[in-house]
Amino acid sequence: MRGGLKLPAHKERATSSPIMRATVPAQLFVSLSKSAQLLVKHGDQVLLGQTLARDNNLAILAPASGTIKAIAADKNCVVIDNDGRETLHASIQPIDLASITPIALRERIELAGIAGLGGAAFPTGTKVRAAHERAVSLLLLNAAECEPFISCDEVLLREQADDVLLGTQALMHASGATQAVIAIENDKALAIAALHNALSQLANTSIRMRLVDRFYPTGGERQLIKLVTGNEVPSGKIPPDMGVLCQNVGTAVAVAKLVRYGMPLIERVVTVTGRGVNQSKNLVARFGTPIASLIRDCGDYVGRIDRLILGGPMMGVALDSDGHSVNATINCIIAASGDDLAPRGVEMPCIRCGECAHVCPAYLLPQQLLRFSHQHDRAALLELGLNDCIECGCCDYVCPSQIPLAATFIAAKKLQT
Amino acid sequence: MKFDTSPAPHSISSNTVRRMMLLVLAALVPAIVAHCMWFGSGLVINIVIASATALACEAIVLLLRNKPLPIFLFDGSAVLTAVLLAFALPPLTPWWITASGSAFAILVAKHLYGGLGYNVFNPAMAGYAALLVSFPVLTTRWSLPAGLTPIDLGFTQTLGVVFSGSLPNNLQWDALSGATPLASVRAGLILRSTMDEIHAQKIFGSMSGVGWEWVAFATLIGGIALLFLRVIRWQIPVAMLGSIFLCATLMAALDPGKYSGPMFHLFSGATMLGAFFIATDPVSAATSDRGRLIYGAAIGALTYAVRAWGGYPDGVAFAVLLMNAAVPLIDRYTVPRIYGRRE
Repeated sequence: MRGGLKLPAHKERATSSPIMRATVPAQLFVSLSKSAQLLVKHGDQVLLGQTLARDNNLAILAPASGTIKAIAADKNCVVIDNDGRETLHASIQPIDLASITPIALRERIELAGIAGLGGAAFPTGTKVRAAHERAVSLLLLNAAECEPFISCDEVLLREQADDVLLGTQALMHASGATQAVIAIENDKALAIAALHNALSQLANTSIRMRLVDRFYPTGGERQLIKLVTGNEVPSGKIPPDMGVLCQNVGTAVAVAKLVRYGMPLIERVVTVTGRGVNQSKNLVARFGTPIASLIRDCGDYVGRIDRLILGGPMMGVALDSDGHSVNATINCIIAASGDDLAPRGVEMPCIRCGECAHVCPAYLLPQQLLRFSHQHDRAALLELGLNDCIECGCCDYVCPSQIPLAATFIAAKKLQT
Repeated sequence: MKFDTSPAPHSISSNTVRRMMLLVLAALVPAIVAHCMWFGSGLVINIVIASATALACEAIVLLLRNKPLPIFLFDGSAVLTAVLLAFALPPLTPWWITASGSAFAILVAKHLYGGLGYNVFNPAMAGYAALLVSFPVLTTRWSLPAGLTPIDLGFTQTLGVVFSGSLPNNLQWDALSGATPLASVRAGLILRSTMDEIHAQKIFGSMSGVGWEWVAFATLIGGIALLFLRVIRWQIPVAMLGSIFLCATLMAALDPGKYSGPMFHLFSGATMLGAFFIATDPVSAATSDRGRLIYGAAIGALTYAVRAWGGYPDGVAFAVLLMNAAVPLIDRYTVPRIYGRRE
């Protein structure tokens, strides 16, 4: 792979114990966007899996049975009093993969609120339909998980490889893909072994495993596609335009649970780690669980927390508080303390050393992008490929002047629109 | 509980501007030692004078520009400029020349263009060029290496010469200074000697000059260290040295009587210093790898051209300054291909 960095993994602490279930609290705080259309109101009784809202092509489902306690004034949070009974909604019915048609399967995926669990939470139903329309032939399962600290996909592969494969088959059926490749970094030995076992038992030759070197960001879909297929995704186009559908491992497992049990997307694996928590764990957390509750499940905070990061150290968001709750986008919480992080110091002017260009996985010249960002030169930024920037932060990492490059480019992109 | 909400990435490498500058300075130590062994302690005295002036000028400008002093003053860039300027000047250069060159480098070539990261021209070379054209005699009175002069000025006497401008009693400049190998070549060719006759002179030693070849070798060692430490990348040094090698080989093959061979050019004058420490100044160099190859090769070719056909014995400073001016043009035409795009 051209560009990219070798980063210390920091994954041993969370992967040394199996996946555990997080406590399902008495109150769940389901987050919505401001444009969501609510289908319930204050005081309604809801069943587990009942549709609460439609939020930009995504169905939001009740993660527990109970009562709607409150709805935030700007409609971006629904509070449910969990009655603890876990009463299932009638729509929760398993699927017979052999007999269901692709179109019906896509509809079930959409109704179940399945979203991409790699971090962006793009509605899977929409994505698979777009892939089908473009006649994709390859399903690329992204098991690279290249960012340090995050291990939720790796542990799913170790413990639920059968579900990963079931989900892969379902996604192939729903999208029309005839081949599937599960791409995984070559140092995840236990996950590779588990997947290998599951593959040999399945004896389905259209699904293969492919090892890639451990590098950041092999998990970027454009970079992974080039590594696996040898072709680049053209600028401005998406992978289905070249016949590839990318899906995260967690998403495949969610689809498998839909097929096996009819279960919609109401929970996900979250890596909770960092020296700032007593124990690092991979927890299955119900959507709506406050992050503070997950921290308690990990033995609470330890010492001074430098940053509470949602995601990984390269692209994650530093949260202002632990009052946010789990949703489909939350793959990892890092309570960073001690030498978990090496944050940037004082910013100096760019000395034009060019190291940023050497590590950019999109082959850009961050040095020039910085210069034209400062000058607000839209035309130059477009020509130099600002929109091709994947915001991975590799340039930031190597910059001796410690300039916040990724943040500058993200802001510059907003100015372009 | 409220937490710090700084933007990602939250972990970066430990490389800083100061670390890079200090490594470059450390890599110059072998060359400084070699220089002092052959030419006396003048270089060290000049380094101190140039550095002190550079830091003082930098401090004044930083205060005027309201920049935080501790961070910028000690980032190492001013001292590095001063050291490179000191290398460019003869060891017994009067102190006021060294100081004014250093002041010019920092005040004009660096800060008038915007300070660290914004200078178009290499500050050390701009300072040296200004001195060279202003004081042509005093900046070319090079000392003879140890072994070719019976005189060995001690530290105190050197200090005296530098600060007073005159030699101790009963010493003459002719006894201690003499043409460098490159200057001898130039003078010899004007007098119509052949290259073999020129190279037979004592100053030439075994390859490219008594004392000078050792300094060049020590500089090369430091430069290779910088490459391994990844402080500099290979494109500029290799392109510059390769270009000089090719030009010299070609011309010496065509007319060996008039043109020196490649090893002489590589190990004389400021070739090694230029290739690893001067042309590699990132701020004034080209941006992309391809651009840097062109930049380095052109500097090499221009250096050779000035030496062979120009008005000065060595051409590194002028070659670098000319190519500094060409960098925006080079950058414009060497933008690398972006992922997902053709071209």
